[in-house]
Amino acid sequence: MARIEAEVGRPQGGFLKWIDDRFPFTATLKYHVTEYYASKNFNFWYVFGVLAFVVLAIQLVTGIFLTMNYKPAAADAFASVEYIMRDVEWGWLIRYMHSTGASFFFVVVYLHMFRAMLYGSYKKPRELIWIIGMLIFFVLMAEGFAGYLLPWGQMSYWGAQVIISLFGAIPGIGEALVEIIRGDYSISDITLNRFFALHVIVLPLALIGLIFVHIVALHEVGSNNPDGIEIKQNKGPDGVPLDGIAFHPYHTSKDLVAIIIFLMVFSAVVFFAPDMGGYFLEHANFEPANLTATPEHIAPVWYFTPFYAILRAVPDKLWGFILFVFAVLLPVFLPWLDRARVKSVRYRGWIYKSALAIFVVTFLTLGWLGTMPAENIYVIAARIFSALYFAFFLLMPYYTTIDKTKPVPDRVVYHG
Amino acid sequence: MNEDDVDRIDRNRRHFLTVATAVTGVAGVGLAAIPFLSSLKPSARAQALGAPVEVPIGSMLPGEMVRVLWRGRLVFVLRRTQEMLAHLPDDVADLKDPNSEVVEQQPKYAVNATRSVKPEFLVVEGSCTHLGCAPLEDFEVRPAESWNGGFFCPCHGSKFDLAGRVHKGVPAPTNLRVPPYRFVRDDLILIGQDTGAA
Amino acid sequence: MDRLRLLSGVTAILALVISADGFASSAGAELEPANIDPGNISSLQRGARNFMNYCSGCHSAQYVRYNTIGKYLELSEEQLVDNLMFNAEKTFETIQSSMPAADAARWYGVAPPDLSLMARAKGSDHIYNFLKGFYLDPESPTGVDNLVLAGTSMPHVLWELQGYQRASFAEHTEGGVTSREFDGFEQVTTGMLDEEDYDEFVRDTVNFLAYIAEPIRSERRKLGVWVLMYLIVFLVIAAMLKKQIWKDVK
Repeated sequence: MARIEAEVGRPQGGFLKWIDDRFPFTATLKYHVTEYYASKNFNFWYVFGVLAFVVLAIQLVTGIFLTMNYKPAAADAFASVEYIMRDVEWGWLIRYMHSTGASFFFVVVYLHMFRAMLYGSYKKPRELIWIIGMLIFFVLMAEGFAGYLLPWGQMSYWGAQVIISLFGAIPGIGEALVEIIRGDYSISDITLNRFFALHVIVLPLALIGLIFVHIVALHEVGSNNPDGIEIKQNKGPDGVPLDGIAFHPYHTSKDLVAIIIFLMVFSAVVFFAPDMGGYFLEHANFEPANLTATPEHIAPVWYFTPFYAILRAVPDKLWGFILFVFAVLLPVFLPWLDRARVKSVRYRGWIYKSALAIFVVTFLTLGWLGTMPAENIYVIAARIFSALYFAFFLLMPYYTTIDKTKPVPDRVVYHG
Repeated sequence: MNEDDVDRIDRNRRHFLTVATAVTGVAGVGLAAIPFLSSLKPSARAQALGAPVEVPIGSMLPGEMVRVLWRGRLVFVLRRTQEMLAHLPDDVADLKDPNSEVVEQQPKYAVNATRSVKPEFLVVEGSCTHLGCAPLEDFEVRPAESWNGGFFCPCHGSKFDLAGRVHKGVPAPTNLRVPPYRFVRDDLILIGQDTGAA
Repeated sequence: MDRLRLLSGVTAILALVISADGFASSAGAELEPANIDPGNISSLQRGARNFMNYCSGCHSAQYVRYNTIGKYLELSEEQLVDNLMFNAEKTFETIQSSMPAADAARWYGVAPPDLSLMARAKGSDHIYNFLKGFYLDPESPTGVDNLVLAGTSMPHVLWELQGYQRASFAEHTEGGVTSREFDGFEQVTTGMLDEEDYDEFVRDTVNFLAYIAEPIRSERRKLGVWVLMYLIVFLVIAAMLKKQIWKDVK
């Protein structure tokens, strides 16, 4: 009698079972980690998703610690940043990690997006993953922009002034909209306060929510691969894709190596060049906001400059704004602009390869032009490259149709 | 070597490397946590604002008490009258720790019958050792209540005598804390520092 | 092969990053380099003395605490109090100017800017050339103008040391547009220091300004070496683990 009771009373499978009966812990872990099968031939370009996750973690942790010392008020903001840099023990490290992390977020996300363009990861059945990804990108831009106002330096102030004024170009509602964004007749303490709220609560929450959905959608259809082959179409008798390997331990052990290399580059910037020659921390931002004098040369932080260059290339306020918005939105439609029958660049013809190469050069050049003063030669160059930027997207339905593609093999290419 | 041996070697090696990676990683995360936790300590500004404070006592009359803030904490400076000092030994039976034996409640130089550097001047933190309320002074002697004057905490009724010593039967566990202090001159007390240059 | 490429790639990126510290010398290429030596403590000590004697009368460095400087410049508390702390009583105080900002604004039109971050905002070379670039200009209310910052309202505070100089400009007329181009300085009165000593004086001062702009600079670089070394060790172990685990993948 006692023995039976003991057996009945003892939980079968222990604590984990107790949890699993109430929450799908093991099942979730299996579905997303230990039995999530991704192609074995992932290359260099496939690490940036994980790296984006790492940067997000860095930004969240350092951000929380920064809010403990930062003061979101026009009179105190600049001084509180210097307080963090000088008076708070290790504050400098936390702040540099956060400012460097902001730039690295964009580095990683841009490379992550480029990977999708290389291997056609936005094509059916992954259109929704791509769209959610673009939404993440938009939120990230807003997050970066709101965050850049917070130190209340010269560039913070005047950069925000310029970008917010953009919205004034919208006919009819422009001026009213700008006032609603600022909450004042100019950028002020009130604007700073609400940008702080956006930066630390609204946008991070949106970001985390979207990233969650992004990953759920990805794990539903499965990861693409450098060959653009659907590995689920070749399953073994056990139902596991023949070309797939479990995310853990295979991809995790590989990603760990990538994360460490990433952290090396990240640390190199944090410890040896936190300004990154004025690109990550702009020199003019070491002067407190001065409402009576614009810095001689004003440029947004580097991650906005490609789009900023397009904006400036147009000699008309409204059209500049329209093209700017258009340039940011266009990539959303890639899944439908791209008519090629194959996904990966490996099996595409010379036309797409050249187009993509030109696009990369175009994007980088626009980024560089955006940091340069708006003088003759640069403006002309910006116009040419803006045209190339739009041509890449708008002509895509045409050139991807006529481009000669190569036959795609059944199984992924993998050299052990 | 047959295949099984190779397998076993690989398994051992893999186990070793897994542990090594985990240990190195955890060590790294642990080290990285240090700056973040250290950043929670009082900053250089907090330390500057928490610097020692000077209290001029030249014009204080016997029986007079002043309240000052040191590091944002309330400190009482009381110039005790001869009568007050005379009453101090009377309470001893009613006190939990009449001889200041709980060491962290005062610097060494305040371990004496008057809990002070100079008997006339009492310097104690005005923070009840129960839950941190500020005690009120009640210097009136009322023999009927066997009260020889002292401090009374309005929050939970703790009582202290005029050397900041806690009475028996009240919630406060220990005597009022004596902050570090010294006499810079006969008419000037420095609270928060007991050695070195001002 | 792949590993070699990756390794050289990472090394190249690291080298590139480390060389990007400080000010990119793109803007205003004609500036004479200041050639400061951030590791030279005696230069920094001299710079601190120069700053306190010649700058802090009008300029504050409101984010900088005396005790921070004292520790880094290896000064005892006594040396700090006697040699540097003219406007302060306690070592933990920040550097305030002796001139009230409102008065300063009335006298000069603008309040003299705080110098805590000036070297990071403008660059060491800029300040070095600015302090060497005052020349006589009878039309200016202060009697001088500056080559680097034209129309500055700052008087030539260091004239006793440098003496006064005149600037000569060459005029070019090209397509009806006349432009002035700086042609050189010409010493008018001599100062207490000869040219070389004055350069050294300015260099020390700029060195100090660069130091206070980022007091933890040398600390972060030292720590960075350790962090990178740790990551290299971690990388080797993790790479071995990855290789071992991937033996399964055929």
